[in-house]
Amino acid sequence: MNPRARLWLVVLGGAGLAALLAAACLRLPRFGGGHHPYGDRAVHAALTRHTANTIASVNFDQRAFDTMGEMAILFAAVLGCVVLLRQARDEHRARPRPAEVAPPVRRYALVALPVALVTGLYVIAHGQLSPGGGFQGGVVAATAVHLMYLGADYAALERVRPVEAFEAGDALAASVYLVLGLAGVPAGTAFLANTLLPYGTFDKLSSGGTVPLLNAAIGMEVACAVVVLLARFLDQAVEIEEESGK
Amino acid sequence: MADAVVVIALLLVAGAATAAVVNRDPVRQALVLSVLGTALAVLFTVDQAPDVGLSQLAVGSALTPLLIMLAVRKVRRRPAESGEDGEK
Repeated sequence: MNPRARLWLVVLGGAGLAALLAAACLRLPRFGGGHHPYGDRAVHAALTRHTANTIASVNFDQRAFDTMGEMAILFAAVLGCVVLLRQARDEHRARPRPAEVAPPVRRYALVALPVALVTGLYVIAHGQLSPGGGFQGGVVAATAVHLMYLGADYAALERVRPVEAFEAGDALAASVYLVLGLAGVPAGTAFLANTLLPYGTFDKLSSGGTVPLLNAAIGMEVACAVVVLLARFLDQAVEIEEESGK
Repeated sequence: MADAVVVIALLLVAGAATAAVVNRDPVRQALVLSVLGTALAVLFTVDQAPDVGLSQLAVGSALTPLLIMLAVRKVRRRPAESGEDGEK
């Protein structure tokens, strides 16, 4: 295809997309209006199941099956990264030398690490009550661990982060989500239906039936997945070297 | 008043996104991307979606720039014998 034809194709496709988008936007409800038919129903369903955070109720109760799909996507993506970024036959590992860290950086990282880690765990634990949840808290907790790399060095990070354990934790958390979904099935309910546990007292940590459990499973899955993902990237960036260049 | 905050957040996002596109150095782009992630998190929060804002803050301003920086470092560490394309 010559460049001219390609340009015309882009113009045609772009114009069509712009026309469709403009037509769709004209039919949208007005921004910030007071009429939210889906929102009202979702809030009502969340309140009947004593879940204070409606978003958590949508994610882990009303649309728990969607969340399982998203979890599977993340799991498969990280698995793909692990396979792609493995140590190939013509590569070897070189131990990185311990590095000097500027004292202010070290102080900041070592102070921020526990704070960030606890924040992540807090966000996971309170997913059913306040904004946040397993995904957000999991990412925060997992990135917090890597402040160790900033504050000390790579060897220190590897000591506090045994990758094999996190790989196992990732798979374990994913299966916990499945098992929690299946747990109600022998009792005659649908897969992932939130009928297994009592709904508890509204706005307490244990409220919402299976929502806190599924939320915790997602938190563990995401935290482990992000740690494994970053470990593979760090391996490639810091340790693994190609033989041919030596 | 609330609309003014939304407009300011939108302008911040547009400015940061344009800066990320105009920048040609991947390392600088990663840093600008993290600013863009923070601006997007502010936008989502003032639009009353704090859940999405938190996700955006964690992924857009920390995780994605970090992965880009690590990828850039790996590419630049390549032995220089295969030409100068490792440096640019």
